[in-house]
Amino acid sequence: MPEIKVTPLGAGQDVGRSCILVSIGGKNIMLDCGMHMGYNDDRRFPDFSYITQNGRLTDFLDCVIISHFHLDHCGALPYMSEMVGYDGPIYMTHPTKAICPILLEDFRKITVDKKGETNFFTSQMIKDCMKKVIPLNLHQTVQVDDELEIKAYYAGHVLGAAMVHIKVGSESVVYTGDYNMTPDRHLGAAWIDKCRPDILISESTYATTIRDSKRCRERDFLKKVHESIERGGKVLIPVFALGRAQELCILLETFWERMNLKAPIYFSTGLTEKANHYYKLFITWTNQKIRKTFVQRNMFEFKHIKAFDRSYADNPGPMVVFATPGMLHAGQSLQIFKKWAGNEKNMVIMPGYCVQGTIGHKILNGQRKLEMEGRATLDVKLQVEYMSFSAHADAKGIMQLIRMAEPRNMLLVHGEAVKMEFLKGKIEQEFSIDCYMPANGETTTVTTNPSVPVDISLNLLKREMALGGPLPDPKKPRTMHGTLIMKENSLKLVSSEQALKELGLNEHQLRFTCHVQLQDPHSDADTLHRIYTHLKSVLKGYTIQHLPDGTVIVESIVIKVSSSTEDSNTKVLLLSWSYQDEDLGSFLSSLLKKGLPSGIC
Amino acid sequence: MKLYCLSGHPTLPCNVLKFKSTTIMLDCGLDTTSVLNFLPLPLVHSPRLSKLPGWVSKDGTINLGKELKECAGRVFVDAQPEFCLPERELLDLSTIDVILISNYHCMMALPYITEHTGFTGTVYATEPTLQIGRLLMEELVNFMERVPKAQSATSWKNKEIQRMLPGPLKDAVDVWMWKRCYSMQEVNSALSKVQLVGYSQKVELFGAVQVSPLSSGYSLGSSNWIIQSHHEKVSYVSGSSLLTTHPQPMDQSSLKNSDVLILTGLTQMPTANPDGMLGEFCSNLAMTIRAGGNVLVPCYSSGVIYDLLECLYQFIESANLGTTPFYFISPIANSSLEFSQIFAEWLCHNKQTKVYLPEPPFPHAELIQTNKLKHYPSIHGDFSSEFRQPCVVFTGHPSLRFGDVVHFMELWGKSSLNTIIFTEPDFSYLDALAPYQPLAMKCVYCPIDTRLNFHQVSKLLKEVQPLHVVCPEQYTQPPLTQSHRSDLMLELQPPPMPYRRCSVLNLPFRRRYERIYILPECAVILALT
Repeated sequence: MPEIKVTPLGAGQDVGRSCILVSIGGKNIMLDCGMHMGYNDDRRFPDFSYITQNGRLTDFLDCVIISHFHLDHCGALPYMSEMVGYDGPIYMTHPTKAICPILLEDFRKITVDKKGETNFFTSQMIKDCMKKVIPLNLHQTVQVDDELEIKAYYAGHVLGAAMVHIKVGSESVVYTGDYNMTPDRHLGAAWIDKCRPDILISESTYATTIRDSKRCRERDFLKKVHESIERGGKVLIPVFALGRAQELCILLETFWERMNLKAPIYFSTGLTEKANHYYKLFITWTNQKIRKTFVQRNMFEFKHIKAFDRSYADNPGPMVVFATPGMLHAGQSLQIFKKWAGNEKNMVIMPGYCVQGTIGHKILNGQRKLEMEGRATLDVKLQVEYMSFSAHADAKGIMQLIRMAEPRNMLLVHGEAVKMEFLKGKIEQEFSIDCYMPANGETTTVTTNPSVPVDISLNLLKREMALGGPLPDPKKPRTMHGTLIMKENSLKLVSSEQALKELGLNEHQLRFTCHVQLQDPHSDADTLHRIYTHLKSVLKGYTIQHLPDGTVIVESIVIKVSSSTEDSNTKVLLLSWSYQDEDLGSFLSSLLKKGLPSGIC
Repeated sequence: MKLYCLSGHPTLPCNVLKFKSTTIMLDCGLDTTSVLNFLPLPLVHSPRLSKLPGWVSKDGTINLGKELKECAGRVFVDAQPEFCLPERELLDLSTIDVILISNYHCMMALPYITEHTGFTGTVYATEPTLQIGRLLMEELVNFMERVPKAQSATSWKNKEIQRMLPGPLKDAVDVWMWKRCYSMQEVNSALSKVQLVGYSQKVELFGAVQVSPLSSGYSLGSSNWIIQSHHEKVSYVSGSSLLTTHPQPMDQSSLKNSDVLILTGLTQMPTANPDGMLGEFCSNLAMTIRAGGNVLVPCYSSGVIYDLLECLYQFIESANLGTTPFYFISPIANSSLEFSQIFAEWLCHNKQTKVYLPEPPFPHAELIQTNKLKHYPSIHGDFSSEFRQPCVVFTGHPSLRFGDVVHFMELWGKSSLNTIIFTEPDFSYLDALAPYQPLAMKCVYCPIDTRLNFHQVSKLLKEVQPLHVVCPEQYTQPPLTQSHRSDLMLELQPPPMPYRRCSVLNLPFRRRYERIYILPECAVILALT
């Protein structure tokens, strides 16, 4: 039986460095190629030596697919393609292709220029890597080769995020990447058709959470920001440059407008302007409302939000600052955090998930004393708030996606083991399908049960249809008779005659012959006629002929009568039938063995 | 398998394919050339047009003075312009399962097909096709409703009377089928039946047939379609282009191995080279402006205008036209310009790369930013106060029968300093100009039609090797006016199967195999010998 194998190199019972290998129908696919924010050593990248010990990956992978531009999904891509070595196709959507290199370059700068790491990918490598990228359009069926096809679906989450359907023959896998099932202020909800994959590989960041309504969270967020501003505090919102940032900017912009607030809102890094431009040009990837109104009013042109300069952090008075990166693990957001952490009037709002090992994760767990580089400690006095704005599907959303796609098996990645365990139980109970959650390096094998496609000759099909009652129901199986020819990877079902002709073979007839003794005191001719009459009354609906040459023929069965040499009352019947009429032939022989009823003349 | 041909216009096709128990309509083009028989709809009261004499037959027995007016030596119908619809009697339109749209010019009859006919199917189109198609329909409705004309003219359509009329009215065909424009409500209802598709997306119809759009290179989101089952393949080639303009290049290789290829939408200007026409357009424009005249460009609000603006963007500085105002006037001008910038996925490679920077793909964004190009919804309002001459005006409709262009014809027609440059190939420019004669203004005809010419198409067909080709009968003989040009027709072996309006063709298919599936339970017990 064919099998599909799934091995996470990253994101197996973990969040970060998403990288999942899938083997399906003889093809190997890498899904995402991310980095881990929580590590600064080798563990930062997936362990590609799992694929091969010596050298390049090109021979071992048929394609690489990147679901979206977050670094935990694409951060290891230049390392994989340029340093380990991979020259095959890399697929991602247009917005991802546009934004991904910018974030990679940012990441490279922080790591190499600020932290002084060597042996890291270079700007040129990012460029070379991006040259291998083939853009994907939503719903387009891309033929990677003759057998492997992939199709992208809208995933919400961030601009350009996609789920992908991977298909070889009649076997298929869906990988969700990160997705969300509820539309937000700037993106729509994920959608997939009833594609019934053999495995649905889903993220499970919020496996145990059922989140309250978005409106409540937004109100909470605005209230907290507002209160902090009112008492003269500074609010830091660590975000990633693209994605949540735009949603929160739209939120604050409209709030400032409505409440007529004057406190400044800043956005760190030069990316803002550029980032907003991406949203303008890729407006078809945003939600319905923004798309409908963009000609009249573009939601990504902000009036109240201005560019941040490092010196503003020391300005007196209240302010709101969006700064990157989102998990407080490096860069500007961390610098500002260090400056403001000591004042209890200030506030930091973490709007998304933080990976283990990052400062964001530590303060969210209530840690109030942080060890910094060089043995210094930092007292955290400011208020720490967590607001889940990161657009992942919650438990309800994951269940909803399962209902949409109707997978035969479920596989969870991109989540914490304990939470996955809980969701796994729930899925198995509600849908009665198997649910897997392999750890990194662990392989899940699923056996598939595909139907075998066959080309049937039209002649045979018509003949079969003429034989049996109502038209064949395409949903119901049906037995038919024919010869299966396997030739050059194709299967044909044809009539035996056609098969013989095609193969240049002569037809051999197989006939069964048997003798039946019968006590019947009549002349041979009479006995034969009695048999004819008897069969006529028993076998309704068959063609029975009494030929003048002294034989009775039922379909292909020949019956002859002769008298025994010893006793003229004992008749010997000769029955002969072809293999095709075996059923009827054996029925007749056993019928005639019972003798003829006396009432026949 | 049959093909029902509901339109006789080769570039505005409407065919119905019955294939494997599905009924598929291929495009629904609206033939608008019928409007040339009508008087223009002026935006402001025109004393000239309102004082035209009514038409009376020579012997004086027939007086249709209310319906027909004599103008510049021709007779025109004085009523709201009407369009020639696809045939509606040839088959029951309510039996159509799906409609496949190839580009936004070929969907303008959609409301006539989907509304009031009992149609319950689905329409498939790409996103740019839907969005721009919606804009063009909106514009058409707006043009008509802005200058309401209560009067409808039907008496002249009487066969006996029509026979007595002078040409070209006398020779107009199927005049009883002509209909007025639809309403916005009908447009919205029709478009709500559209389901969006992406290039190379495989759409299953009832498990019997698979349809898939391919890039055709002609306009934003334009597509050819593949209609296939496991063993039969029909390719539908509509407006396609091999020139490098703004859309994604044409996908040719996917058309290979077709049993039947239906070929429509070839260039209407087989002898005019688009590049040459573009050059002529620019030089005539510059010449007129330098002489102090105005330039009027009657055009559609989407399509070639993007290329014209891009060409001008490069030309303006070198031709010293930096201070000349360029106006684009249409109820959908702003939308059309904005929409063109957001379809990165559907653009050619060069434009896609610009979006990655991120920069707008079309340079008209910069023309607008630097105030060189201004757009207005109509001549009323802001335009009337900001309008400076000499200038260049892009505006519709290219038939010169309705839209803001009518006003500029009345305004500028009397001066020989001004020039009108025709760029759209859909209308004969002489017929378009007929009700404005005599004109002093210069007329330049530079039709830009980027669709395949006969040379390109025969090369394409050699490449993709279809078993049979079906095409409008116009393509099987040289044009009437150039009967010696045997290079302006399709010559194929076997010869193409021609169709005309109301033809029903039996498509030559040899079906020999059908697809079935062996159940896995059964497959494992099969022993091979």
